[in-house]
Amino acid sequence: MILHQLIDFELLRLIWWLLLGVLLIGFALTDGFDLGVGTLLPFVAKTDSERRVVINTVGPVWEGNQVWFILGGGAIFAAWPPLYAVSFSGFYMAMFLILAALILRPVGFKYRSKRDSYAWRNGWDWALFVGGAVPALLFGVAVGNVLLGVPFRLNENLFSLYEGTFFQLLHPFALLAGVVSLAMLIAHGAAWLTVKADAPAVVNRARRFGITAGLVAMGGYALAGLWLAFGIDGFALVGPVATDGPSNPLLSEVARGGSWLAAYSERPWIVIAPLMGFVGIGLAVRGLARGGEVSALLWSKMGITGVISSVGLTMFPFILPSSIDPRSSLTVWDASSSHLTLFVMLVSTVIFMPLILIYTAWVYKVLWGKVGEDELNSNKNAY
Amino acid sequence: MEFGIVELSRLQFALTAMFHFLFVPLTLGLSVLIAIMETVYVMTGRLIWRQMTKFWGTLFGINFVLGVATGITMEFQFGMNWSYYSHYVGDVFGAPLAIEGLMAFFLEATFVGLWFFGWDKLSKVAHMFVGWLVAIGSNFSALWILIANGWMQNPVGAQFNPMTMRMEMTSFFEVMFNEVAQAKFVHTVSAGYVTAAIFVLGVSAWFLLRDRHVDLARRSIAVACSFGLAAALSVVVLGDESGYSATHTQRMKLAAMEGMWETEPAPAAFTVIGLPDQAARETHYALHVPHVMGLIATRSLTREIPGINDLVIESEERVRSGIIAYDALMTIRTEREDTPQTVLDTFEEHGNDLGYSFLLLRYVEDPREASEEQILMAANDTVPMVWPLFWAFRIMVGLGFAFIGVMAYFFVVTNFMGGRYPRWALRAAVAIIPTPWIAAEMGWFVAEYGRQPWTADGILPTAMSVSHLSITSVALTLAGFVIFYTILFVVEVALLLKYIRKGPEQDVEETEIWMARHEHRLRTHDGKGPFASPAE
Repeated sequence: MILHQLIDFELLRLIWWLLLGVLLIGFALTDGFDLGVGTLLPFVAKTDSERRVVINTVGPVWEGNQVWFILGGGAIFAAWPPLYAVSFSGFYMAMFLILAALILRPVGFKYRSKRDSYAWRNGWDWALFVGGAVPALLFGVAVGNVLLGVPFRLNENLFSLYEGTFFQLLHPFALLAGVVSLAMLIAHGAAWLTVKADAPAVVNRARRFGITAGLVAMGGYALAGLWLAFGIDGFALVGPVATDGPSNPLLSEVARGGSWLAAYSERPWIVIAPLMGFVGIGLAVRGLARGGEVSALLWSKMGITGVISSVGLTMFPFILPSSIDPRSSLTVWDASSSHLTLFVMLVSTVIFMPLILIYTAWVYKVLWGKVGEDELNSNKNAY
Repeated sequence: MEFGIVELSRLQFALTAMFHFLFVPLTLGLSVLIAIMETVYVMTGRLIWRQMTKFWGTLFGINFVLGVATGITMEFQFGMNWSYYSHYVGDVFGAPLAIEGLMAFFLEATFVGLWFFGWDKLSKVAHMFVGWLVAIGSNFSALWILIANGWMQNPVGAQFNPMTMRMEMTSFFEVMFNEVAQAKFVHTVSAGYVTAAIFVLGVSAWFLLRDRHVDLARRSIAVACSFGLAAALSVVVLGDESGYSATHTQRMKLAAMEGMWETEPAPAAFTVIGLPDQAARETHYALHVPHVMGLIATRSLTREIPGINDLVIESEERVRSGIIAYDALMTIRTEREDTPQTVLDTFEEHGNDLGYSFLLLRYVEDPREASEEQILMAANDTVPMVWPLFWAFRIMVGLGFAFIGVMAYFFVVTNFMGGRYPRWALRAAVAIIPTPWIAAEMGWFVAEYGRQPWTADGILPTAMSVSHLSITSVALTLAGFVIFYTILFVVEVALLLKYIRKGPEQDVEETEIWMARHEHRLRTHDGKGPFASPAE
């Protein structure tokens, strides 16, 4: 096959780095509000019918939203195999917790309404809380650890030796990142509820939680920025870099030191990402406070996009730096799939992603409108 | 057996994969059956068919959700427990998994929600199409997963790259149209159809035995047995196709499944039953049917099927050749761009056997220093344990033929004997509900246990594929999965039983509410109103 030579390896790696970001953002924007809604569920809805309203605002769409996550995993496996191999085995217990939480969630949605007992339903409500809060928190913790550097080294066979433990993941900076992620998704979920829930009591509580969460997210994000500026060493590639060389991290030299934020003097335009983060979440908070519905949700989307992009842009070209053996660090230039695989995957994405966006938009359009108690009582298929 | 990381990781993978596959076959088959029922409803306008669609749809939903939930584990487990495998073959193996998400899983997951929530938000025809999209999505999903799995059995379209220490894709088309994958896909999907047919048949038979929902049950049986008969025939025919492709792709697995130690003169006999003895390399008390094996496996009277002992000799040669490749690899790794051409040529010639040299890592740190005895031990390691394969295969095949009988019987009674099912037959139909799951699990067991000692056949040994983890963490997650999955399984079965017992009555009520609410809309469509269609 020669066709793949049409796009050179370096460009394909860049495209796949961007697509990785698109998938993570797609996941945070869609499944993110499901996680937020799950976290808010026991607090914004008190009675059974209120809780059913809350659950059914995401009822028809969570399944499709979750595919962003699954697809994210699949795309990392296919396009960045070393990243998949090192991070999934390294963050082992954390991955297991995320998995368990994410398994609880679908089951909770589907099974909660199948029995008419308080204990049964309340149990599943808390399962949905765990299924929402734990992944939202741990994703942030994982990102925090990536910025700190992860304790792994690659041996000559490129076998990954991870030398940390689960509790080492809970570094204060990583926890702060976890709080930002959780708060951001709670605010997002709250904005979703104000758009979709036809239950004034629920919406009012969601607003209050959403405003607080949005403010916490902004404060935490600013604090994390300062911490990065003054308290955490960055990583840098040393010497000439072959951007189209073989995917073997050990072939490049990496030095620890300096600041991650040096990226902002090298590429000043990337400051747009954190700005989007602050402005988006800020305006979402304002929207929630003033009773804006769709606008709060849209601003929240912009904020999340800004926050996630800022991490990727700050670290570029690093995707998984190693704290104990900087040379093993994975970068965009040495941790991708082969030229052909990246090309094949790009072709599939170009064919299927627009289709996915079209039919997802159509499904949202069909289901457009608020969810209230009346509708739930007449629809036996509701959760 | 000593329980180290490798054994624990294998156990965890086997348990979670087999648990996942408790839900998958029913999803595959029931999604199609439901789409067929809804199509009949749309074409005839008869409400009973919508009631059937909704009743089986409820059971489908309870099952589907666990299939999705346990599927997430599968996708993550490669990275979590099989880190070196993920690195070593991710360039090839990851692609079908990601395409599965893009092409299939997104489709089924997005539309399954709309199917359940969209009954009164969509027109009848649009709703039916949504049902078909769910069915198509599930089935495509199986296609890509089996392309990935097929590559583990027959790793085509890829080459080892010494610079990146991994397999890299050389031809996507070879990976996609891998003959093993294609045969497996149709075989697996048909098995799913049989599972759903037996499930629908069994549950309907239970209704008939209790004289409940007779209309719904009789129609469901009629659909299930026609669909099931075609599927049962196709499972056996395509299972045979899988066997045929194994004669040139996985000869060791085939020989082990047959307990065939020595190469026999063509056409070989088929061993119906017997007691395989690994130590003595012999199958005791074997009952043979002459010629049959040779005919099935080679489709010729003259081609020989190699026995295990001859294949071990072949493995020994490949281990030796692998050592040469390993030696060349070490030179390439130190010299990089300056590697002499002769070394590159040597690697080119022996590179395909590199994986066999890794089998020595169990016994010696550097394969180049392996003794004669160690080479023989490594060659012997290419023989999987025979008796579990031998028996699992026979159970699967026996059940496969039995399903044809069951489906044919109900098909004949339904279509030519006025649907007067004897009570014993109905009772039997209820009793056999679990059997298609047994057959499916046996099938996976044969396919994956028979692949040992490799994760990717001939390329990477299982023992080398694992992650760098402590025994405690793997044991902990294994225990977590066992407890968690057991609870989910109990909840699922309890809910299924509850909703089967409850039956479809509620849907009738709902139909009336829905009809009343939408009367005006229906009236404008055909000008007659909803109750003018042929009454049940």
